[in-house]
Amino acid sequence: MLQALEGSQAVAQAVALCRPQVIAAYPITPQTHIVENISKLVADGKLKCEFISVESEFSAASVVLGAAIAGSRAYTASASQGILLMAEVLFNIAGLRVPLVMTCANRAISSPLSIWNDQQDSMAVRDAGWIQLYCADNQEAVDTTIQAYLIAERTELPVMVCMDGFTLTHTLEGIDIPTQEQVDNFLPAYKFSRTLNPQNPISLGTLVSPDFYSEARHSHHTAILNAQTEIIAVDQEWAKISGRCSGGLLTVEGPEEAKIAILIIGSVYGTLLAAMEEFPEEQPVKLIKLRSFRPFPIDALKAACEGLDDVIVLERAIGLGSGAIVGLEVTAALAELANPPKVHNFAAGLGGRDIPLEMLPRLLATLNEPSDRRLRIIDVELDKLPEEDR
Amino acid sequence: MDFSQLRNKQPRFRGLESGHRACTGCAEALAARLVTEAAGPDVMVANATGCLEIFTTPWPESAWRIPWVHSLFENASAVAAGMEAALKVQGKSTKVLAFGGDGSTFDIGFQSLSGMLERGQNVLYVCFDNEAYMNTGIQRSSSTPHAAMTTTSPPGKERMGKRHLKKDIVSIIAAHHIPYAATTSVAYPSDIRKKVRRAMAIEGPTFLQIHCPCPLGWGHEGYKSIEIARLAVQTGLFPLIELERGGLAGVMPLRNIRPVVDYLKEQQRFRHLFTDELRAKEELEHIQAIADHNIEIYNLRSDGHKDAFDSEGMDTVRRGGMRWA
Amino acid sequence: MIEIRIHGRGGQGNVVAAYLLAMAAFEEGRYGQAFPNFGAERRGAPVIAFVRIANEHILRRNQVLTPAFLIIQDQALLHVSGVTNGLLPGGKILVNSPQSSDELSQQLGKEVISIQASLLAKKILGRPVPNTALLAAFFALTGMLSQKSLRKVLQHKFQGIVLEKNLLLIQEAVGLVPAGIWQSEETNVASS
Repeated sequence: MLQALEGSQAVAQAVALCRPQVIAAYPITPQTHIVENISKLVADGKLKCEFISVESEFSAASVVLGAAIAGSRAYTASASQGILLMAEVLFNIAGLRVPLVMTCANRAISSPLSIWNDQQDSMAVRDAGWIQLYCADNQEAVDTTIQAYLIAERTELPVMVCMDGFTLTHTLEGIDIPTQEQVDNFLPAYKFSRTLNPQNPISLGTLVSPDFYSEARHSHHTAILNAQTEIIAVDQEWAKISGRCSGGLLTVEGPEEAKIAILIIGSVYGTLLAAMEEFPEEQPVKLIKLRSFRPFPIDALKAACEGLDDVIVLERAIGLGSGAIVGLEVTAALAELANPPKVHNFAAGLGGRDIPLEMLPRLLATLNEPSDRRLRIIDVELDKLPEEDR
Repeated sequence: MDFSQLRNKQPRFRGLESGHRACTGCAEALAARLVTEAAGPDVMVANATGCLEIFTTPWPESAWRIPWVHSLFENASAVAAGMEAALKVQGKSTKVLAFGGDGSTFDIGFQSLSGMLERGQNVLYVCFDNEAYMNTGIQRSSSTPHAAMTTTSPPGKERMGKRHLKKDIVSIIAAHHIPYAATTSVAYPSDIRKKVRRAMAIEGPTFLQIHCPCPLGWGHEGYKSIEIARLAVQTGLFPLIELERGGLAGVMPLRNIRPVVDYLKEQQRFRHLFTDELRAKEELEHIQAIADHNIEIYNLRSDGHKDAFDSEGMDTVRRGGMRWA
Repeated sequence: MIEIRIHGRGGQGNVVAAYLLAMAAFEEGRYGQAFPNFGAERRGAPVIAFVRIANEHILRRNQVLTPAFLIIQDQALLHVSGVTNGLLPGGKILVNSPQSSDELSQQLGKEVISIQASLLAKKILGRPVPNTALLAAFFALTGMLSQKSLRKVLQHKFQGIVLEKNLLLIQEAVGLVPAGIWQSEETNVASS
């Protein structure tokens, strides 16, 4: 049944349904409502767990690491500067192959200071060795959070559930919260193969010489790539219980005959879908929603883009000094096709700039303009800059 | 008796086995063994990055016989806090220990340590204090004593080693009003054991600072580690004290107080203090003044009082007058 | 789909008003979406919230630039640049103000209804928080959603004496505006 819930409130409830035993978090906009709602559930006795209000994001990530290796399901959430402060621990968690789940309430990175939404934060830690799943709406955020625990615990890889800050976290909309019974049937009790136990003492996080480091990296990399199967399977298993898919690795929407696709990541999906209805006179377009950025689903992407003439990638972050982040990975993946489509890379909506419906015709119009293979910030207003900075 | 068989006849638990890669005379390795022996098998350790972590676990080997994790340099307290929370929810009584050197305790991990203490978590934090970043090749830390030479506080025309004072970490820890914080030294094994047992018995955050000479970093022969550690105590430069809820609860009295030069002259890190230069003499006076100050504020003088148990090298902790710990 | 923009100041319950509106839509089996304009909200600072109400699932997440209705919680904001921007032709403005509706309509050249929501709230709640009174008036004017739904969502949001006083407040507020004069084919939502 649909309930009118704020995204953060819904995610807090989803987390509680997964019965985490330890939660640690440090407040940062726009993640705060999630942990506030969890705190309330704990205070009201609706969620039995140790909620640890730590003194930094660095410790938040470290506490959940400790909890998970000591045998408890754990959860944390952060955003922006918090993700960057956590960065060292995030790499460490992944390298230790600890099955943790965290929410990233995507927000821009300072400086200049911005509390608003883009995806520079999670993109900055894309190579930390975590699975990264991006949510298009709050229902996906709820379902993906629940799925994330199963994916993490099956693959022994941490999962970062990325949801756009404010655009999702602070938006009230209709969301179906699954029942406890549904989640219990889906998610077995927490298990971690290297749980610390005095009866069988092991050492975790040891020093590895050059003789073994490459092998450790190889097995980690392979594990993330192989997680594609699990991401798809878990989405389907949850669909059997909930009746809803969150989109596996990626989904393609739009007319079969379309020769153009727009690839997006995150909550701009709905706005572009609405735009496709709003501007029916535009040429037919497919909308590719990339849910799994890590693992990067090269094969699924190639299959989705086979036969297309143009792929427009619209992303919410920028590889300063290079260009697109998602876009260049898409470009590289599609280059493996016999007749690769032309990839056009754009960033928009940086630091919370609104992406209006008119973004769709604006993007399509670029196909007649000189190519933007590296990246162009499509909604930049150059007249605000001094001449020499344009 | 065949002494080679002696070890086999000892039934006591060893948390840290021999065969690890520590330098000869490494006091930290000895202290870690003593701590884990006293703490017993029902423990888990979160170990900060540092020598102890490096020399005990060159993959695929490990010298630990207790569950042990190394995450990062600055988060041992927070990892331990998470382990403690998990065990608490699971209803387990296993005690969590956090190990760190002075770098990870005084400097980079100080924030997460403070947070863990403030939250009152049931963790025994042990700082193996060898007074510099030894793992990276002897750089100064905020624990490095005044005037000591390190690779980042070298003496020269303009400098006489480290310009600043050693951070009074135990007072800062005590200011968190935790149930128990104490200093101890590798030269007094039974003092370590006693203080570990005491901390283990307490439900809540506890803290031990163990003074551990580093032959490489301090510049002395490996066989001299214990002797030098004892001199640090006997000169008053490293007072052995206990604090309960922030208040001084006990000190080890010094029956035979030694001048600081006896301690300093044994170590290459202080060799620039033993020249004819005026500034060298002044620095020696500074250091003696530091020791005198410690003796004064902690009342380390044993008042000429002699009792049967107050012997050198024994655990002679005077608690609230003449009460035995 | 109906789009509404709410302007107020930090502390006036702007986001709460937007959420209550969208929640009321769900009470009636419609779809609602509400979100704040994500400011670093401080007491007294101008804040904006957006609401969409529709008969089908709402896809778009962009800001409401062309609202059919504006709800202004502080009359001083009427004269702040940009506040009335984008109001659709024939769009209506509900404002919390001691000035009369005619006076304001004339000033702005737009259809404005004013009620003294703060005064009424001060009298009944003891605090000059205008949001629920304005919502009640808005529901009455448009007939878009029922007072029953508003009562229901207030019951989700508040409890005890605060709830009782709010229920009394909305009852009084309804009486201050002519019921149904903003009702149109559009407010029946089905249209778009």
